[in-house]
Amino acid sequence: MPFKLRGIGLLSLPAMSRLSALRGRLTGVLALSILSALGGFATPAVAGKTLEAIKAKGQLACGVSTGVIGFSAADSQGQWKGLDVDVCKALAAAVLGDARKVRWVPLSSQQRFTALQSGEVDILSRNTTWSLTRDAGQGLHFAGVTYYDGQGFLVAKKTKVTSAKQLKNAEICVQTGTTTEKNLADYFRAQGIKFKPVVFDKFEPSIKAFFSGRCQAYTTDASALAFIRAKEAPNPDDYLILPEIISKEPLGPAVRRGDDEWFAIVKWTVNALIEAEELGITQARVDSLKSSADPAVQRFLGVGEDLGKNLGLDRDWAARAVKAVGNYGEIFNRNVGPDSPLKLPRGLNAQWNKGGILYALPLR
Amino acid sequence: MARPQSASRAVQALLIVVLLALLGLLVATTRAHLEERGIRSGFDFLFEPAGFSLGESVLPFEAGDTTLRAFVAGLLNTLRVALPGAALALGLGILLGFGRLADNPLVRGLAGVAVNAIRNVPLLLHLLAWYFILTDLLPAADAPLQLAPGVFLSKSGLALPWWGDNGFEIPEPAGFGIDGGASLTPEYLALLFGLTIYGAAYIAETLRGAVLALPAGQRTAALALGLTPRQTFLLVLLPQAWRAALPPTTSQLLNLFKNSSLAVAIGYPDLMAVAGTSLNQSGRAIECLSIVIAVYLLLSLLGAAVSHRLEQRSLRGGPA
Repeated sequence: MPFKLRGIGLLSLPAMSRLSALRGRLTGVLALSILSALGGFATPAVAGKTLEAIKAKGQLACGVSTGVIGFSAADSQGQWKGLDVDVCKALAAAVLGDARKVRWVPLSSQQRFTALQSGEVDILSRNTTWSLTRDAGQGLHFAGVTYYDGQGFLVAKKTKVTSAKQLKNAEICVQTGTTTEKNLADYFRAQGIKFKPVVFDKFEPSIKAFFSGRCQAYTTDASALAFIRAKEAPNPDDYLILPEIISKEPLGPAVRRGDDEWFAIVKWTVNALIEAEELGITQARVDSLKSSADPAVQRFLGVGEDLGKNLGLDRDWAARAVKAVGNYGEIFNRNVGPDSPLKLPRGLNAQWNKGGILYALPLR
Repeated sequence: MARPQSASRAVQALLIVVLLALLGLLVATTRAHLEERGIRSGFDFLFEPAGFSLGESVLPFEAGDTTLRAFVAGLLNTLRVALPGAALALGLGILLGFGRLADNPLVRGLAGVAVNAIRNVPLLLHLLAWYFILTDLLPAADAPLQLAPGVFLSKSGLALPWWGDNGFEIPEPAGFGIDGGASLTPEYLALLFGLTIYGAAYIAETLRGAVLALPAGQRTAALALGLTPRQTFLLVLLPQAWRAALPPTTSQLLNLFKNSSLAVAIGYPDLMAVAGTSLNQSGRAIECLSIVIAVYLLLSLLGAAVSHRLEQRSLRGGPA
């Protein structure tokens, strides 16, 4: 033989070993899953441990999205902003006395539960829908609802579609990784209508495909649709959000199971933010209200009665949370309401005595 | 001779036992920890209704079908793009490889520019670029371009006459798009195209390298014997180069198969996309990813075995 061929058997060896090397995103999730399961770096699920660990580290690890404007997104200076972000800031203020002591961990929808289960984050505050399978089947506890959302549709006006029921045989662009695909299939099955989903793993390609005319409709939570129409559409007036809301999406922060004390702290901090709005305690007035004669306000601010000790916190915990980010109404207005680009109406997210369903459990 | 061999066998056997034990430990610990944290695990979810739909599928699939069927549909979708992609990449790669070795400087230059331009851009960018070029350029689904009777091209894809639920169907415009027959979606076409040209560029380089690696004397001797340059290439150089090029070429084809897992970036429901959605619906991260790993591994090993057989045959067949 004029040239060497003996090396051929060996040549295929690197190819073979490459077979087992999977894409980064895949291995990332898997590694995280296995770490989670092995508990190598995980905080053991022992009562009270999370709070101690957070105090020892001097930092709260908060799982957020990789960028959902209004809920959790980093701005041009790298500062995290949004409703979900403010929940973590309030928590850091309540627990550590400083809203800046948060380590932000951006998580894809596939990573999020594993990151929480494994102890990589102390709290998942990432526009996540509270549902039975997630709550009961995935080792999580949802601590409350911070935004009542629902899934809707965005269509181009030129399609002349005015109701989701007219979307027969339509192609519908959707981003994977939420309850969205299931709601979509459920809705059209119930209506007896056929449709074709075009499913993308990233947000940008999914809306780019929709606005290029690849799909007749785009579906996601209504809060995000408002943003997409306002900020991403070439001309917002050419697009219409259909009236049908096809699902209930109560979004809220979640913690892992096995630490009831930490669960209680998150739950009551969320309630405190909502209660503060009802009591009229705002970021600006929180200090001056300490001299208020209203017993409910006094209790809230830790004047007299000390509610904090029930949670293993000090008496100022709720006052600090509100001082850091304001009450729920202020958080809403700043991030998703009138003072934000999203301009979402309060709707269901108004207080129970203002036509909404937000009802803080009593802080007493 | 016998003693060192049996000793090394014993070491190998021990190694395998240790590895298996470690694997067993990993599985057992994982299970225990999952249970302790109240996380449901197991593969039972495969037999429950998937709950989501697929945009396109060779295998008829509805949201009420099982998750297992969704995985099978995803795998068939992967093969539907990977197999034609591999065949096309091989053909185009050979052409480009010839082009790079051509005597004509224009052909050589163009082939070189094409190969380098394609090879040096990440595949994901290729896919996104081709996809958005396709969806931007094509006419809207309600105003399709009719290429031939029953053949329509639009943002919804290429509609062709094909056998459907009602026998042989001729596509016709209806509602939002085109109804009946078969349809090749822009997602499928962009993925097929991207994988093909990306794979072809690498195969072309492999082939060129193999020809250039031949001893210069082969070419000189063939020409001295009075063979024309074309005969020299086809009869002397190529048959020898082919053997050296075979293993890296099959490896490139296997890469193409694995690279098809980028499909979800442009909305094509391949195995990886189905696994991602199932993972989200069921929360069974380890299970879903294990299935994907096992399938890619098994099919790639199968491909590697076929490639190995081909190598053996090409070794036997040649002059020694």
